[in-house]
Amino acid sequence: MTLKNTRPMISRRGALKLGAGAAALPLLGSRAFAQKEKVKVGFVLIGTPDDNGWNYGHDQGRLYMLDELGADRVETTVVTNVEEGPDAERVFRELAQQGHDIIYGTSFGFGEYMMNVAPQFPDIKFEWATGYTTLPNMSIYNAKFHEGRTVIGTIAGMMSETGIGAYIGSIPVPEVFMGANAFHLAARKQNPDFITKVVYVDSWFDPAKEADAARALIDQGVDIITQHTDGPAALQVAEERGIIGGFGQGADMSAFAPNAHLSAIIDHWGPYYTKSVKSVLDGTWEESSFWGGIADGEVIIGDYNEKIPADVVAEAERVRKGIIDGSIHPYAGPIVDTNGNVQAEEGDIIDDGEFWAQEAWYAEGIEA
Amino acid sequence: MLIKLEKRPTPSRRMLYITPVLAVIVTMALGAIIFSLIGFDGLRAVREIFLTPLLNPLKWQDLAVKASPLIIIAVGLSIGYRGNVWNIGAEGQYVLGGLAATGVALWTHQMSGPWILPLMGLAGILGGMAWAVIPAFLRTRYKVNEILTTLMLTYVSVYLLNFLVFGPWKSPTSFGQPQTVRFSADQSLPDIIPGTIVHGGTLVAVVVAVLAWFVMSRTIFGYQVKTVGTAPAAARYGGFSGNRTIWLVLMTSAGLAGLAGMLEVSGPYGRMVPQFPVNYGFTAIIVAFLGRLHPIGIVFAGLVLSIVVVGGEVAQTTIGLPFPAVGIFQSMMLFFLLASDVLVRYRVRRVNTSPPAAPAPARTEAAPDAGAAS
Repeated sequence: MTLKNTRPMISRRGALKLGAGAAALPLLGSRAFAQKEKVKVGFVLIGTPDDNGWNYGHDQGRLYMLDELGADRVETTVVTNVEEGPDAERVFRELAQQGHDIIYGTSFGFGEYMMNVAPQFPDIKFEWATGYTTLPNMSIYNAKFHEGRTVIGTIAGMMSETGIGAYIGSIPVPEVFMGANAFHLAARKQNPDFITKVVYVDSWFDPAKEADAARALIDQGVDIITQHTDGPAALQVAEERGIIGGFGQGADMSAFAPNAHLSAIIDHWGPYYTKSVKSVLDGTWEESSFWGGIADGEVIIGDYNEKIPADVVAEAERVRKGIIDGSIHPYAGPIVDTNGNVQAEEGDIIDDGEFWAQEAWYAEGIEA
Repeated sequence: MLIKLEKRPTPSRRMLYITPVLAVIVTMALGAIIFSLIGFDGLRAVREIFLTPLLNPLKWQDLAVKASPLIIIAVGLSIGYRGNVWNIGAEGQYVLGGLAATGVALWTHQMSGPWILPLMGLAGILGGMAWAVIPAFLRTRYKVNEILTTLMLTYVSVYLLNFLVFGPWKSPTSFGQPQTVRFSADQSLPDIIPGTIVHGGTLVAVVVAVLAWFVMSRTIFGYQVKTVGTAPAAARYGGFSGNRTIWLVLMTSAGLAGLAGMLEVSGPYGRMVPQFPVNYGFTAIIVAFLGRLHPIGIVFAGLVLSIVVVGGEVAQTTIGLPFPAVGIFQSMMLFFLLASDVLVRYRVRRVNTSPPAAPAPARTEAAPDAGAAS
């Protein structure tokens, strides 16, 4: 199945609000579909840009976009620490009422509330990061982080001495299952006995829990750590304990762990934000669904640590280039899950969208 | 000349009403100064936080929606606090109320009828109560401090919530994301003001506040609670059972918190999600005290808290005031309120030390010593 255009059902309440919203907001006359001199852009973040991870990545994207398009043409507003609940709905409405031309909600849990607000403001564009449904004035965009996992999994498989890696998960959602499986499958290509231990900390950002999980995992023989949370806490523990290392998630985190930081998966939202905001300036914005990966420059592999042997770097680069030219896919068969079910036959691949919508499973060798 | 605090023979009623207003005014003044010092237009920031939500009609609906659960929970808590029963775990009872209502919603998802919503309401109340049965039992039977038990059960409730929405209650059509199916029209609170997001919960909040005022000031139950709270020995002498009162007030406050949970999940949320607990239960403690544990005061207090939250977002979007600055603002308000409580029990006296002789400096030096020693 595809992820595009899975329209939500408009509930009675939604329809009521839609009609009523139009009546209650006479200020918002319809504007001509045309080029704009200057646009106001709103960003709604679940945390703050100083998390060095997810929110940092989006804020860097915003700054990149400002730089590309020029502060004389774009004005941005950032609202931080917004809960994924009815509070978000209020923030979206607030930004819309203040005349923002396009509003980005940069977390999955914002989607529901964006969908409530978007129909009330047909002239304003909305975009939902990591979302799954669109509206005439609401697009979705995401990044194939799991492609980065395939590259770092390759490094982990080759460099681990104990053959045990760890994946500190945030919350068990599709993106995390995809990441853990991509990492593990790539590592197993290098070391067929590779084991990946998955632990969840039930949060996207909880440095204390992330560090505790890292310590416990290292005690169990893990010598390569990856994390799907937004901060560098696990890397700092890796540095302190002197294990082989870990990887930056969302951003380059080498400043926090110069020895343990092997490489990083960097979210590079800048080009997408630039393109999207520019289309609003040009009057060409339309409902769309974008899922960019390494080939699109939206997911970038950071610098390789000097301690990584040349053959490992060469192999990682081969995988990275293979993903770009399409010869390597993160979920290429044969794949067997932990229950012994065949998820993909030899020669088959599991399409990214298909995987995202699937019931969760872990590939053989993952201990969760 | 020195300033001295002198204990009042009886707490000042006048100060009881003046101090909350005073706290808000001092917060505004100090907030303006602090925001100016960190490089923002301080006066504009305070105006955006405190006045924009009141002056902009588009914001009124947000205030009503935000204040409703706070008022309902705080009214319940205030009854307990009057009776000297410290239910700190309204957050957990709120979550359980929401879960119980969700359970009914999932069970009746294929059905329709006007009976579903009241049944969800009842489930919400019972769910909240059920979560307070353990603390009530432990307190009345084994004298276990209810502050600890109610608080700790809050954390349990969050895990229960996560277990359900990540597990058995997860919607099959949510792309693996942890959330239940969307509630049907018969399971959703109707909007009471057409064209806004103001839902039935606001009406419930007003009714609850008025009812609580009536019960606390005009019925024997209210009298009993207040007597047990202020003079336990006298209450025993008068034949009021302490344990019975503990049960009653814990069930009342937990039931109301559960009701608030049901109203939230069937109103603004429309489905159960892991992000359901947003500290309404804890914020309501502030609201209860800001409202002087009086139902009508709590209505105003709930509105003030909502104004600060909604206004805080306005200030973020219009002048880029950072989120933590808004937090400072809220905390300052609570601090000043509690600090100004001293004026209720004490009065400020100028002590005239007209003969500038030896005693005066000796006294000023003695004061810090005494403070350090105590």
